[in-house]
Amino acid sequence: MADRSGVAGERKSLFGADAGPALAMGGPAFFLLLLFLIGPFFAGIAFSFTNQRLVSPDPTEFVGLRNYSRLLRFSVLRLEPLVDEETGELMRDEEGGLEYPRSREFTRDEENYPRLTGLTEWFNIHIRQKRYVILAGDPAFIKALVHNFYFALVIIPLQSAVGLILALAVNQKMAGRNYFRTIYFSPVVTSMVVISIVWTFLYDANNGLINAFLADFGIEAVNWLGNPTTAMPAIMIMSIWQGCGLQMMLFLAGLQSIPDSLYEAASIDGANAWEEFRFITLPGLRSTMIFNFITITIAAFQLFTQPFVMTGGGPNESTTTVILRMRTEGFREQRIGYASAIAVVFFLIILAINLVQRYVLREEE
Amino acid sequence: MENQQALDVATMRRRKLVSRILTVVSQYAIHAFLVFIFAFPLLFMFASSLKETNAQIFRDLRSLRAFVPVGEVSLLNYRAVFENSRFPRFLFNSVVIAAATVGLGLLVNSLAAYTLSRLKWPGRKIVLSIIIATLIIPGQAIMIPMLMLVSRLPRLSLVEGALVQGWQNSYSVLVLPFLAGAWNIFLFYTNFQNIPYELDEAALVDGASRLEIFRHVIVPNSGPVFATVAINTFLGSWNMFLWATMTIQSEELRPVMLGLQYFFQRDTPWGQVMAYTTLITLPMLLVFFAFQGAFVKSMATTGLKG
Repeated sequence: MADRSGVAGERKSLFGADAGPALAMGGPAFFLLLLFLIGPFFAGIAFSFTNQRLVSPDPTEFVGLRNYSRLLRFSVLRLEPLVDEETGELMRDEEGGLEYPRSREFTRDEENYPRLTGLTEWFNIHIRQKRYVILAGDPAFIKALVHNFYFALVIIPLQSAVGLILALAVNQKMAGRNYFRTIYFSPVVTSMVVISIVWTFLYDANNGLINAFLADFGIEAVNWLGNPTTAMPAIMIMSIWQGCGLQMMLFLAGLQSIPDSLYEAASIDGANAWEEFRFITLPGLRSTMIFNFITITIAAFQLFTQPFVMTGGGPNESTTTVILRMRTEGFREQRIGYASAIAVVFFLIILAINLVQRYVLREEE
Repeated sequence: MENQQALDVATMRRRKLVSRILTVVSQYAIHAFLVFIFAFPLLFMFASSLKETNAQIFRDLRSLRAFVPVGEVSLLNYRAVFENSRFPRFLFNSVVIAAATVGLGLLVNSLAAYTLSRLKWPGRKIVLSIIIATLIIPGQAIMIPMLMLVSRLPRLSLVEGALVQGWQNSYSVLVLPFLAGAWNIFLFYTNFQNIPYELDEAALVDGASRLEIFRHVIVPNSGPVFATVAINTFLGSWNMFLWATMTIQSEELRPVMLGLQYFFQRDTPWGQVMAYTTLITLPMLLVFFAFQGAFVKSMATTGLKG
């Protein structure tokens, strides 16, 4: 991959000024990249500072950082329990729970609480009778972002581990291992829309194969995709199943690049299988491991098709993702400016992941 | 004494053989389990596509019958797909879109890489650096401004025979933005860099033009990278979904994946949905099984692509 421009420079007689042919041959691709990649990228950054809409009679206005502050702003509001003015006792609702003022009374009170204006309740916690309300500029987006992190943190270790186990299994010297490898990889080349639909049937609460299987073990039917606590895990399991074949292939390449001589030396030294794995295989897979982590993380932040097809982001917004929010804001609500700000935040996350990878792998380069 | 020794050796051998057999059996048992885990959803899909009614599919759930086409098996669901959806039209759209994207994409990207690798022109290095820098931009990050862009671009409408505003509901919107790919140009470029310059020089001495060198020297020496880029581009185009949900509203122009999404949402009987998914999955899987080496290579090289 060495750049040979220096060499080409010396051969000026043969490779002279080729600007004409270069424009004719390279022009189409360069123009298309400019129009459909570089242009939109910078246009998106520009839109993110405006209130641009897809279709609008009003002129577009520059709004500064308003989109970003709405996306990322949050604040904490401490509420004391309500006290009955006549009796001086704490007010309780019908179930005996303490009553608190509504957070809306503060966020809509621009005169006394300008700092809280424009924020909405995200969630609240109680500590010693006090209610702490976490407010966010756009709770729907923050929730989606949290879902992406949740998804990433769960599938990074699991998908890597499953991929490694599969790689070890197909790396055994046995007849037919190529067929096994092909089968484990086949979900990777299958369309995610198809997989999401088939698994929606598998997860069906009443007539799903998975519940039918669990019933054999006396486990009660679970409404996998209809319950906010199980919907995301269900999508995770399916995503790991779909994607781990790629990790297997990458680990397999890593395994085969570890020299046999290391294993031979270890067995002469009397190492057992676990020690060989621990002190030769794992260290030998370090860079493959990091590459896998990064690949899975990036895919996790791009999560879209599975929730879009299987749950539509529900139930109760429990499976929304950043890309899902971006589509809703930009396409359905036609808020190009705001959706562009989401896209920029998304891009910065991907950029950060890539920079982390570069930093971690810098010694190996 | 000697007999005893011979017996020991025989026992040892038998023990070794037994442990070897046990290892092999357990290896295959593990793989049988894994094969089931990875194949059962698609087996269920295929088997169910041949079962006529939901009732029949549901009845078979509790046994292995779920994975085999048994009972009243027929192709009625497949007929229903053709009758209840415009499947042939969707398939035609997807094939046209994928073929155009792959064909034109291979052409413009390889030519662009060739000018970067072999021709000398001002700004070449800068263009190359820009292309490498854009590798970091994930496709989703530019979808929204792209949506804005295509809604403003003029196009020649076949229906009205004039320039109209907006590319929504056209083949162009699913093809043109995806022709040029920084990643593909980069793959071609690194590959072309490894083709010896002596070959070019020999051709130049023989009086070949730049385009002839490309056709007769570069392309014949780059089969695998053309295959890699073709597979990547095909899978990207065939599986394109997010962009299609935002730009195609007309049923006439739906690609198969979008058509499937609508078909699925209509509370269609399971068997028919499964027939639809089988129709678009099986050919792909067969192609994959036939050329799996090339597939694995291209998927692995793009693991980091945005």
